[in-house]
Amino acid sequence: MQCAESKQAVGPYHDGELDVASADALRQHLSECTSCAMLSDQHARLRSTVRDGATYFTAPHELRLRVTQLAPKSAWSWLRGRMQLPSWAFAGALAAAVALSVAATLSLIQLQSPDALAREVVANHVRSLMVAHLADVASSDQHTVKPWFAGKLDFSPPAHDFSGDGFALVGGRLDYLDGKAVAALVYQRRQHRINVFVAPPANPSGERALTMNGYNIIAWTQDGMRMWAVSDLNAQELDQLRRLLQAK
Amino acid sequence: MLGFIDMQESHTRALRFARLVEPHLDAAYNLARWLARDAHQAQDVVQEACVRALRFLDTCKGDDGRAWLLTIVRNTFYSAWRRRPPEELTPDIDADHALWSESQEAWNLDPALLFLRKTERERIDRALLRLPVEFREVVILRELEDLSYREIAEVLSVPTGTVMSRLSRARGLLARYLKSEDE
Repeated sequence: MQCAESKQAVGPYHDGELDVASADALRQHLSECTSCAMLSDQHARLRSTVRDGATYFTAPHELRLRVTQLAPKSAWSWLRGRMQLPSWAFAGALAAAVALSVAATLSLIQLQSPDALAREVVANHVRSLMVAHLADVASSDQHTVKPWFAGKLDFSPPAHDFSGDGFALVGGRLDYLDGKAVAALVYQRRQHRINVFVAPPANPSGERALTMNGYNIIAWTQDGMRMWAVSDLNAQELDQLRRLLQAK
Repeated sequence: MLGFIDMQESHTRALRFARLVEPHLDAAYNLARWLARDAHQAQDVVQEACVRALRFLDTCKGDDGRAWLLTIVRNTFYSAWRRRPPEELTPDIDADHALWSESQEAWNLDPALLFLRKTERERIDRALLRLPVEFREVVILRELEDLSYREIAEVLSVPTGTVMSRLSRARGLLARYLKSEDE
């Protein structure tokens, strides 16, 4: 690879947009050419400066609320919407009856399926972001977070900071999941917030990963505790956090 | 039974809206905030964009709404911008900064470190704000939203080659601005 070509390729290389062969050719060139290697270093520095240093503006609470209300999705609001059309009164009443029985059946199914729990995990995560109540104990120090849970729960959740691996512990709070008080540990990865819910398991279950409403969820059991990690972070990086937690 | 089908459809749409739009509200607001350079206008842009997103829900192919929503946010911003005189766009980054450091303060108790981080952050933000908007948006989409070249091309409705050349120029300018801040 020549210098002219290499100067074009350095940006896409750091963006992970270069194919394997070109990336190899560029690396080869960088090992031989100091001026291109310097340019590549500058690119890497600029990239991390902006990524780690620029402000990421998160949506204000009231905006989130207003957007959520644009498309209401409760059974009550669809029924109410129907009732406002008198010409459809009869069909509406009939439909409402059908809808109610369908909704009732659906909610029964939901209660029984393990996905009901996943839904609750996502709901808790979203709520924690919405009400600006991310942490009851706000600290990146595990020796502050861990003792905070003592006396509030009948088990001791693992609270480790993984700042070195890009998962900074932000704090912890008490939450409620599946009818039980659980620990929620909050991590930050770049602009993404991650909730890790920790509960003693009701019955032993294996590892599972799923996506719900655009959020990624990983559930696993570790040291007799059931763990749920949930975030809008991509599944690979979320799994990296699971591995870090399991390695502890 | 038509009524029931209606209801079911509006419920399905609401669920799809929740899946496609709600997880990406931070991304939508961040982009709008960097484009508009104003917190109030950014909120208006996102709100309007979400109304459009709901109306044009069917134009989203697939199950990932991020690039699709960001496209709508960007288009909404540009149509709003054309309606408003540019002098109304007053940057009030300080207000957001105050909010940001308040929440950080609660998490991090070392004031010296906090001060360093704050001034460094302000320096980088200032350099980004100096970029002309067409360069600023590619940097935000690439570095803060982590979009691929293909996704950025989709959001901007330009070929991938244009994305590459704009990013390259934007980075050149940004490096220069950051350097001049150092001096």
